[in-house]
Amino acid sequence: MARGPVAIIAALAVLALTLVPLGAVMIRAGGFAGFAPGDMEAVRFTLWQATLSALFSVLAAVPVARALARRNFPGRGLLVALLGAPFILPVIVAVLGLIATFGTNGIVNRALAALGLPETTIYGLHGVVIAHVFFNLPLATRLILQGWLAMPGERLRLAASLGLTPWAMFRTLELPMLARILPGAFAVIFVICLSSFAVALTLGGGPRATTVELAIYQAMRFDFDLGRAAALSVVQLALAMVAGLVALRLSGGAGFGAGLDRIVPRWDGQGAVARSLDAGAIAAVALFLLTPLVLVTLRGLPGLVMLPPGMLEAAWNSLWVALVSTALCLTWALPLATRRGELLGLLGIALSPLVLGTGLFLIVRPYVNPFTLALPVTALVNALVSLPFALRILRPEAEAIRADHARLAQSLGLTPWAWTRWVFLPRLRRPLGFAAGLTAALSMGDLGVIALFADPERATLPLYVYRLMGSYQMAAAQGAALVLLASSLALFWAFDRGGRVDA
Amino acid sequence: MKALTTFAAGTLLAGTALAQDNVLTVYAGDYIVSEWGPGPKIEEIFEARCDCDLQFSPGDLMPRLRLEGGRTEADIVFGLNTDVTKEARAAGLFAPHGQDLSALTLPIDWQDDVFLPFNYAHTAFVYDTDRIAEPPASFAALLEAGDDLSIVIQDPRTSISGLALALWVQAVYGDGAEEAWAQLADNVLTVTKGWSESYGLFTDGEADMVLSYTTSPAYHLIAEDDPTIKAAIFPEGHYFMVELVGKVAGTDNPELADQFMDFVLTEEFQSMIATGNWSFPAALPQAQWPEGFRQLDLPETALFYSEDEADALKDQAIEAWRAGLSR
Repeated sequence: MARGPVAIIAALAVLALTLVPLGAVMIRAGGFAGFAPGDMEAVRFTLWQATLSALFSVLAAVPVARALARRNFPGRGLLVALLGAPFILPVIVAVLGLIATFGTNGIVNRALAALGLPETTIYGLHGVVIAHVFFNLPLATRLILQGWLAMPGERLRLAASLGLTPWAMFRTLELPMLARILPGAFAVIFVICLSSFAVALTLGGGPRATTVELAIYQAMRFDFDLGRAAALSVVQLALAMVAGLVALRLSGGAGFGAGLDRIVPRWDGQGAVARSLDAGAIAAVALFLLTPLVLVTLRGLPGLVMLPPGMLEAAWNSLWVALVSTALCLTWALPLATRRGELLGLLGIALSPLVLGTGLFLIVRPYVNPFTLALPVTALVNALVSLPFALRILRPEAEAIRADHARLAQSLGLTPWAWTRWVFLPRLRRPLGFAAGLTAALSMGDLGVIALFADPERATLPLYVYRLMGSYQMAAAQGAALVLLASSLALFWAFDRGGRVDA
Repeated sequence: MKALTTFAAGTLLAGTALAQDNVLTVYAGDYIVSEWGPGPKIEEIFEARCDCDLQFSPGDLMPRLRLEGGRTEADIVFGLNTDVTKEARAAGLFAPHGQDLSALTLPIDWQDDVFLPFNYAHTAFVYDTDRIAEPPASFAALLEAGDDLSIVIQDPRTSISGLALALWVQAVYGDGAEEAWAQLADNVLTVTKGWSESYGLFTDGEADMVLSYTTSPAYHLIAEDDPTIKAAIFPEGHYFMVELVGKVAGTDNPELADQFMDFVLTEEFQSMIATGNWSFPAALPQAQWPEGFRQLDLPETALFYSEDEADALKDQAIEAWRAGLSR
């Protein structure tokens, strides 16, 4: 399969892009500096909120994914695509959308007041968790949905013909699948929540919601204490790696063995209880996720007419960055879609983007003017940051394909190229499409390292939104955010659709 | 592919700019350089005077300068705040500005020979008269306001205006700062990373008041013709925030950099900066301010810590903020 050397190169590239910048910051700082008094508290809060956020995201996603797996209804495809949206919104826009929904002046509270009920507040640890679930529930849902869709149809048909009760069906078929998928989904969401900062602070309501990433930001941008920033980054990396290792341990077990590799209709879940449970899960998640998005859209509409022509160029830049990142990320992810590869890939989101950006700046600075590299560096970093998601999406099926078809390939004496071209890629089409869509959308929405590499002539859309907001242009910013949301979604949909043969 | 062409184009551009004698590189914050900031206008006016090419380079100022050290390409750094001047001065990154400071019209005495002010404002809580008929009349009244009055503020660990607020409370309450924060805690709806998030929450109607500047109402008055946004003025005084420009010590184009420093205090620059950066000009008599700015309510007292005082008090002020709000 020739995965050996290619996989090693891909792995080395991940290591080089994360550890070398971290090392560069450390060397520049002359070693680690001690922690500040509040740092331990920040570590504790970070761990706690990330654990809760990942747990709730994953648990809530199970019924939703099951409902989507076994129901077909008009608008299902659209809903599945829209589910990707929260994940790709710029943080600031998503937070404003969430607050428009759940805030003191949000529609939930206005509805409660109209009914004469007491108001609720979003600010606090529960607000942080709600926001993180809003961002990550869709990802968890899609990851689990994939697990369901990857179950060989023959197994489901067999279960139906044996007349398995829903519980027996859950225990013998669905539980093993969940046990395989959930730990990994938990780990990747846990790690992304570890580096949350603006969301945690704003919805946490004050200094008690201080995360490690905030401390890194303070050390880096305010105190210029590179040693402390590097030390905190190492803490963050270590936490992420522990989470990744635990997830690996827990998610043992291979797939179900090969089926005939074709689509077989489902026979289960036709009872009234199952139907209403599924309908409830889908309605609840649609309401929870789509309300803030609808509000972002409504608020963005008036701003659309105020958008200056410069925005088109920013959108164009963002689009190119997104496409380059996607190509890069998938090429990177394919050889790394193994257990060890996935663990390694977590480094990409575990390292603070500020430290990454600063490290890269220190490295390229002696040779080139960093400003000329703004867009290429952004594309590269976006690919790196998207890598853990792409790997999470690709690995379960990649491994299943290897397990199921390797014998056949061997007996036929397929060359690595033929294996990849005729066996591997065609079967990986659905997760590949999803991974490409997610990477493209993430890259449209991500600010990445642009703060140090910014180039006045080549802004990306998210930067454009922030610039508008920084200049009192709140309405125009909301318009630009809507453009960003729409274009990210369109890109996501195009890739994802291309990969979905049946879902 | 595109990445490669961008890279190639970038290298080419860098090549054509080799005739460096006439290029002035100015590091400035994103808000300055954006098309709604003063950057484009500054570039236009200065280029007409100097027969040169002014190139803005947006992004972080001090972190970038510190990383680059003596090898920086910057000739001018535009938009520094007083919280970094001590460190920048100590690192020897800037050269004296050589300007006559008697033209300054700041509410405080300014004698710095390295950092030159170009505009200023004060921290203030901004509100909408349609939503609040009677805002707190003093800082003390704000602390005592019922918890139905909500404010959003910025984190002093991540934002300049947030730090200014912490120093403001320190200046007004001294050793009682932590207690003051604890009293304010029930009014603080939330804390955000930067000014934009807070201001967005305020304009969305989420909070009654937002920590911003005495000059914020001018934007709404002039650009939106909206007289309902006001700054609450407190007799205890308001913290003074000034933006500074500095000439980089290692500039490879000292004449052009000097020419830019000469330009900052001219009437042409000063009369543009008010509506360009939504701040009070540093060297322009009040009578020459744009109409909307002359109508603004101004504090009687400007509170300000020199860079040495601020440096000594900063950690204490932030800790008072953290402890008071965490109770």
